[in-house]
Amino acid sequence: MIVEAPLIVEARGIHKHFGALHVLKGVDLLVAERELVFVIGPSGSGKSTLLRCLNRLEEPSAGSVMVDGIDMLDRRTDINRARQRIGMVFQSFNLYPHMTALGNVTLALRKVAQKPRDEAEALGLAALDRVGLRDRAGHTPGQLSGGQAQRVAIARAIALEPRVMLFDEPTSSLDPELVGSVLAVMRELRESGMTMVVVSHEMGFARAAADRVVFMDDGLIVEQGPPAAIFAAPQQARTQAFISQIQRH
Amino acid sequence: MTGWERFLDTFFNARVMAKYWPDILYGMVVTVELAVLVVISGIAAGLALALLRALGIRVFNWLLIFVVDVLRALPPLVIIVLIYFGLPSVDIVPSGFVSTWLALALVLMAFSEEIFWAGITAVPRGQWEAARSTGLSFIQTLLGVVMPQALRLTIPPLTSRTIAITKGTALGSVVAVSEILGQASSAVSNSYNPSPLMLGAAAYLVLFIPVVVAGRWVETRFAWKR
Ligand SMILES: Nc1ncnc2c1ncn2[C@@H]1O[C@H](COP(=O)(O)OP(=O)(O)O)[C@@H](O)[C@H]1O
Ligand SMILES: [Mg+2]
Repeated sequence: MIVEAPLIVEARGIHKHFGALHVLKGVDLLVAERELVFVIGPSGSGKSTLLRCLNRLEEPSAGSVMVDGIDMLDRRTDINRARQRIGMVFQSFNLYPHMTALGNVTLALRKVAQKPRDEAEALGLAALDRVGLRDRAGHTPGQLSGGQAQRVAIARAIALEPRVMLFDEPTSSLDPELVGSVLAVMRELRESGMTMVVVSHEMGFARAAADRVVFMDDGLIVEQGPPAAIFAAPQQARTQAFISQIQRH
Repeated sequence: MTGWERFLDTFFNARVMAKYWPDILYGMVVTVELAVLVVISGIAAGLALALLRALGIRVFNWLLIFVVDVLRALPPLVIIVLIYFGLPSVDIVPSGFVSTWLALALVLMAFSEEIFWAGITAVPRGQWEAARSTGLSFIQTLLGVVMPQALRLTIPPLTSRTIAITKGTALGSVVAVSEILGQASSAVSNSYNPSPLMLGAAAYLVLFIPVVVAGRWVETRFAWKR
């Protein structure tokens, strides 16, 4: 792959052990500014763990992670400041159930970005507006549909103006009819130039929006390339097997 | 005298009750003082310990779990007696009131620490991860995201445990605290008549029925729904 834009994410030689389990076996992931990298692979292949190593929710056993020029694994790095630059969206939304949508979005703006309350609320409302949920600002997560909850979770992340967004199966726990609204928000984000790493099974979205598809299996990147090439003509047998299996659905 | 009259004369003797009700009233004041002190200090200490436990300092946590288990295993009366009769041997001479307060507060601390801790661990891991991923520190996440959810889970069991331990104030009578039961028993031995005990029982009902009713309301009010 030819990389012209500066790299936002540079993860090199990532290994991760959980006790005796060797989950990541030397993964390199470089993501250029404004690039959308789509990660696929069988369940248990280490996709989530890789994402979580990028913002150090997991501590890699070996390797280096630079995000926006910051060494994420350096003990001297203020990890809480660094994480402001990396938004993350989870399969299970993980909204704070005791707060309103606006409360969810403004918490880190106030506590981490240290914005005064009114400024945080203005930014929070703008973020909710961007995901089409300004009118739900006062609702609690229990009063939102799954699709709305996930969009609030996206608003919570983008309100901090991150340099890169990580999505871990953002639509996997949604009813099929709600998937589209979340993908639409991700598409808009992508068009605004956000750098994104997306773990997902939404192959249609990958074809339409991804710059690069990365196929992982058993803790390694087996193959990567433009979506058309990976989906139409995968080179590796394991990739072929995986692609043909998901395309049967 | 019929049997019924004898019964009334023995257990509800108007003359004895008229003489001793001020003592019982005084006992009620002492019981309330003791209960309030126990509840405030016991729950505050239990909450503090649960928060410290969340820091995950291994040796500290082993020690904490050991102490909490010991306090939960010992009968409260044994702890009262240990403090009241044991501490003087190291030249600290606590009054009966202080001994009872300390003992019951320690027991409530131990139980409430376990309840708070159960609440903290019941909050899904994803809540921690979401908060930390936005840059909140460990402490900010614990206090701003996890504890508000944990407290909600905590309130029903904490309420019933607190009521149970507060009733233990009656144990203070063993170490000469003039709370309700203490006042009632000395009135019984002075009057050779058990009527003051009936007054004492009535005093407990007056104090605790509202607490139990309020506890039931709290428990249903805070039953967790997502
Ligand atoms: N915290 C953990 N402790 C132990 N094993 C884990 C932990 N997290 C993930 N694993 C294991 O690591 C492997 C990869 O998991 P994961 O990264 O979630 O895969 P994927 O997201 O591709 O399905 C799995 O075998 C999983 O059981
Ligand atoms: Mg996963």
